[in-house]
Amino acid sequence: MTVRLLSRLGIGLAWLVLLAAAPLGVAAGDNPLLPTIVPGKGDKCVEPTDVMRRDHMEFILHQRDETMHRGIRTTRHSLKECIECHVQTDDQGNYIPINDPQQFCSSCHTYASVKMDCFQCHATTPEQK
Amino acid sequence: MSKFDEARQDPEDTKPDLARRRFFGTAAAAAAAATMVPGLSILPASARSPAEPVSDERRWGMLVDVNKCAEGCTACVDACHEENGVTHHGRPTTDPYWIRKVKLRDRMTNREYSMPLLCQHCEKPPCVDVCPTGASFRRADGIVLVDKHICIGCRYCMMACPYKARSFIHEPTTDQKPDVPRGKGTVESCTFCVHRVDAGGDQQPACAEACQAEGHEALVFGDLRDPESRLYRLLTEISSRQLREDLALNTGVRYHGI
Repeated sequence: MTVRLLSRLGIGLAWLVLLAAAPLGVAAGDNPLLPTIVPGKGDKCVEPTDVMRRDHMEFILHQRDETMHRGIRTTRHSLKECIECHVQTDDQGNYIPINDPQQFCSSCHTYASVKMDCFQCHATTPEQK
Repeated sequence: MSKFDEARQDPEDTKPDLARRRFFGTAAAAAAAATMVPGLSILPASARSPAEPVSDERRWGMLVDVNKCAEGCTACVDACHEENGVTHHGRPTTDPYWIRKVKLRDRMTNREYSMPLLCQHCEKPPCVDVCPTGASFRRADGIVLVDKHICIGCRYCMMACPYKARSFIHEPTTDQKPDVPRGKGTVESCTFCVHRVDAGGDQQPACAEACQAEGHEALVFGDLRDPESRLYRLLTEISSRQLREDLALNTGVRYHGI
């Protein structure tokens, strides 16, 4: 009983610390609990940011069927193009896989507790030049 | 109107001189007819834009000239697996093969043939008939594909295929090509390098390109419905057979010399 009470207290305390830290403007890079969002190439994404945050999976799903079954190869909503823009390179200029823990796709999905399986099949970097 | 006309059009002259234009049009056509090999067009008659869906106006196919296929040469197999990121694990019975070289021997004369065997891109594909999820499908332009998003890895299609053209991915995959997603637990086979076909132009599958580069030219890829294509012309000129023609699958890949 006391153990359960203590663990509850612990969780409560952790939340308090988190809530207190959030408004202080902890930079994403410093706090491993927050996603690292590095801006992609170009001025803006193919859709407004709030639309992309909520609906990017719908765009990718639609494009997937169009490409697979009807041979439509427009790049606007293709996963390959997402990766082209959002992939990072290391010091040697090699691409870092987009699903590495601190990279664009994974950091946000980890934060949101959403498991994605795109990269069981799809390449995680553009073709290395 | 040809590009030839446009190049000679004065940009300030908004009203084109139609007689002049007709003259240049005819001249261009005559020049083209004189310089081009008959029946061999440099670009497809109407290149498809990336936003346009595939249609049954085309049917992609291939002619394999077994007489030109060199024994021991694996250029097509190597090029295919390089292009599509197909990797092996030293287990020949289960490793994926999108195209394989087979050897046939006539029991009476002992004459041996060597030829590549790949997905035959049937008009009535047995793999599509048996697929319980609709993952195995035939595209409007005749290319038979697996939609790995909905493939459950049951492998019925592998049992149904008379050509042993399909493989199952047993291992987790890494280092896939951006154009060719591959993943454990799904079935795969030759796609006629669909990413190249969709890119248009004069691109052909990696196997045909490699065979040509080796100087054998045993593989000719093209549009079975285009009377202007080299493939169509060859098929009307030389004899060809379908493998297991008794099954009446109307394959897109034809063989000459067997």
